[in-house]
Formats: sequence, C-alpha cells, structure tokens
Amino acid sequence: MKLDSMYQDIILDHYRNPHGKGLRDGDVEVHHVNPTCGDEITLRVRLDGPVVADVSYESQGCSISQASASVLNDLVVGKNVGDAQAVQEAFLELMQSKGTSEGDEEVLEDAVAFAGVSKFPARVKCALLSWMAWKDATAKALAQQPAVND
Amino acid sequence: MTTHPGSAFAGLLAPAQEFGDLLRKDFPILQRVLHDEKPLIYLDNAATSQKPRQVLDALNAYYERHNANVHRGVHVLAEEATALYEGARDKVAAFINAPSRDEVIFTKNASESLNLVANMLAWADEPYRVDADAEIVITEMEHHSNIVPWQLLSQRTGAKLKWFGLTDEGRLDLSNIDELITEKTKIVSFTLVSNLMGTVNPVEQIVRKAQSVGALVLIDASQAAPHMVLDVQALEADFVAFTGHKMLAPTGIGVLWGRQELLEDLPPFLGGGEMIETVTMGSSTYAPAPHKFEAGTPPIAQAVGLGAAIDYLTNIGMDKIAAHEHTLTEYAVTRLQEVPELRIIGPRTAVDRGAAISFVLGDIHPHDVGQVLDEQGIAVRVGHHCARPVCLRYGIPATTRASFYLYSTPSDVDALIDGLQHVRNFFG
Repeated sequence: MKLDSMYQDIILDHYRNPHGKGLRDGDVEVHHVNPTCGDEITLRVRLDGPVVADVSYESQGCSISQASASVLNDLVVGKNVGDAQAVQEAFLELMQSKGTSEGDEEVLEDAVAFAGVSKFPARVKCALLSWMAWKDATAKALAQQPAVND
Repeated sequence: MTTHPGSAFAGLLAPAQEFGDLLRKDFPILQRVLHDEKPLIYLDNAATSQKPRQVLDALNAYYERHNANVHRGVHVLAEEATALYEGARDKVAAFINAPSRDEVIFTKNASESLNLVANMLAWADEPYRVDADAEIVITEMEHHSNIVPWQLLSQRTGAKLKWFGLTDEGRLDLSNIDELITEKTKIVSFTLVSNLMGTVNPVEQIVRKAQSVGALVLIDASQAAPHMVLDVQALEADFVAFTGHKMLAPTGIGVLWGRQELLEDLPPFLGGGEMIETVTMGSSTYAPAPHKFEAGTPPIAQAVGLGAAIDYLTNIGMDKIAAHEHTLTEYAVTRLQEVPELRIIGPRTAVDRGAAISFVLGDIHPHDVGQVLDEQGIAVRVGHHCARPVCLRYGIPATTRASFYLYSTPSDVDALIDGLQHVRNFFG
C-alpha cells in the first residue's frame, strides 16, 4: 500500500494550514474523542436560520484528523443544513468504501483526497472524528431550534 | 548494525545481533516481508509477542492428539488433556518460584486476574473485606486494567481510591508514601514494569510499607514476566498477575498467583462447573484453590501453549533474555536521543527500565509516525497504550512506543532510527 495514496498533498496542506480552526461563538458545543488513539475535538456549530453560519473547533490529533476538520469547515459553512448533511453522508460513504470509491468531486471537493484513507481501516475513524462531532452538534442545534425548517 | 567505535556498546552489539538472529529463526512470522519487500521489523512486543514454532507445534499436537475436557471422564484423552493442563500449571509454578502449584490460578488474561482479586476482596469477610472505611492504593502509571477494576470496587463499596503520582523522570513519586499507605489501606496494587514508559518500580519499598500496615499487595507483572526472572517469593507480594500472550504463549491464558492461605480464606468470584465440591439446589461447597477460582471449562490448549512457551524461555534462560534486552534498551535510548526533536517519555537511561520505550517526535502525531514507519515494515504501537493518565501527566495526547524482545536485534534499532529520520523528512 502506497503511503502517498493516504497522505495526499491536499491533506498535508490542510494539516499545515487548517481552515477555520479556533473556537468562536456557537449554539452548541460538543466534545468527541477517539478512545483508541487519544484524538480529541471540541466543536461548535452556529446556525443562522437554515444555514450553517459557522463551524469552529479546537482539536488535537494526527494529520488525517486535523486535515479532515479543516475540509469539513470548508465544505459545510455557508450551506443549508440539509445540503451540508448530504455532504456529510457522502463523506461517510466514501470513508466506508474500503478504497473502492473515488468520491464525487462535485459534492466532496477537497474531501475526495481522503479516498485513499479509506483503504487504511485504522485511520478511517481519524478522518471521521470531526464529521461525527459536527453531525452530533448540528442535530443538537436543530433540536434547540425547532423553528428551523429548511 | 551501525558501529559505534569506542562506545560503551563496542563489544556488546555483535553478540546481541547474533543472539536475536539465531532465535528469530524459530518464529515463522518474523520471516514475513511486507510492502514492497520490506522485512518485518516487529517492535510492538509490549502489546503482544510473536510465537515460536515450538509453541505452535504444542498447540497443534494438543488438538490433533489429546483434545478433551479436563478433570472429568475416565477415557484416555481426558486423562491426557488433564495431565497436559495440570502439567502447564507445574511449569508456571516453577517459572515464578511459587511455593506450591496450588497457588497458580489460570485466567484468560492479566485483566481477568486483576479483576478477580478486586472481586475476591469485594466479597471477602474481615479482615480482607474492602468496604466504605477502606482505602485502595494504586499508581498513576498503571495500565487501565489495574485502574478500572479498582474504580469499580471503590464506586461499589464506597472505599477511597488513592494513587502514587509520577516524577518528571517517569518514576513513581514515593515522597508521600506514608500519607498514601495507612492503617486504612486494604490493598496496594501496582505494576512491576510500566507498559508505556518501561519504568521498573521499587517493589521492596512499597511492599515493606504495605506490610507494616497489614495491607495486601498485588503486583501486575504483565510487562515483567516475559522479560526477567520473576520470583514471587522474592517479591514478597500476596498476589502476582500476568498474561501469557506477551511471553510467547497464545492469547486467552493468564495467571494469578496468590499466597495459599489467602486463596483458602478468600471467596470465589465466578461460579460454575469445576469450582465446586458438592452442589445441592440450596447451596454449594467449593473445591480447594486453585480450582475454586477456575469456574467452567478453562482455556486448555492455551495453558498447554503457555507451558511450551515457558519451556522455550527457560531453555534460553530468563537471565540471558534480560541481559540481551538490557543491551538493546541501552543502545536504543542512546540512539533515539540522536534523533532531532525526539523526546523520550520515561527514563532516558537503561537503568531500572525495561525494553518498552515511548517517545514523541516534535509535533508529528504518533499516528502519523506509526503509519510512515509501517510503510517501511516497522511495527510500533501508537496511542495512549491503555495508560491515558500517564499521557495526561506529561501533557501529551499520545506516544509512539517501540518495545523489544528476545528476538530483537541492534539492526532493528538501526532500522527504527532510519525510519524516524524518514518520518521527519516526510512531514518536514
């Protein structure tokens, strides 16, 4: 298995220069950990009506988990919650593909770079940590704002 | 092997290379080549050891010729299986210098052994009973398996859980031993060798203090039994726990040694077949130890495998294995500290330390270190090693751990150092 298939340049770029990192105001805060490796993320979601207004986070972990959080921020902020959830589901599907999917670049943009990670079972959960935290936080934020209707 | 002319290792490395190279011929898995023809360099021995042909053959022979349930039936196979299973108990007793074979309880692993003691004490009568007035003492460097059972016991009984902290050098801080171990202490449970840092702990000082207040002592020898002479009488503990799979045996077999009079007095935990004397619908009486603590069909083949592993280790000599690993450890801690930005978590010399060495490499996450090493055929462990409090103590999320065993060689150390340079280049 070629290491370069996992550590794509796009991933290393996001790792070195993460987008949207740092905690800002949010409606909901969640804390997720990866108990097998100790990766942690504190993530806040702020909704503005039906729109994901901001996703901010503090995290520690490997290059894959850090880059993944950066890409998450790029992909969901500014989208309608429903569209963002569709991206999240597409990313989850890609990560569970065991290397058989290349991902739809129209939907996933930079996140298709993680296709190679799906071949490394031990690292899939690294890539998913921030996305699962976002999913959790968004569900909680929606529950707080039953009026939100997209 | 890199030669370090004039260094302390000058005369030691060639014999160590020969020692490891000779032994690894017995381990089929160590002949594997991985990604792009890279020979496997297995440095995850603190997690589990590889198995020699002799152990694999013993497992096969058991299943091909002798398989039956033990301690029941009068047929030939049942008698052979019983003799092999109980023969393994004799081998363990001799290996740890137990005064009696009846003090050797087979469990499925060290975690079960540790949990067994916690549950014996939960249900014991005075003076052993752990209740709301009691105190339990552990240390901050324990594996989770020697933390969580005591948290459970503490939560269920109201007993107070206390622990020794750690020094910056990765040793137990014994400065407050008199406050920690008191007349209220019922049990002191600690690891002989840290699985994360390799630290070898000062048993005698802790045992003396515990004895002076009448507390029981349980020693977790999981990282010691595979690597050094283990003499339960010399340790003067009341219980010693370890697991088979880290010492060349299969998974699924562990040991709890306990002093005979304690095993007589303390109550069983698991009930079932094999642990009884007589059973009526109203009540039961129990078999004597060790059977009192071995409910149900035991891991028979695994015990036989442990016996074969002990034969293998004993034939080489635990003192020789310890000396070999000491040479490797000394070489590894020296060479690791030549790697820029590498920081060892734990003792930075080979004094009173075992062959598990944890480190962090600049701000490169251990997961990334392990992945790039794997690409070169080098297997290390990354994460918090089931000892998260140690990581918290030193303010790190995780470490990379390289751990050596009898078949490791100086050239394995060299490959690790080269591999780490490659990691630095990759993420540089």
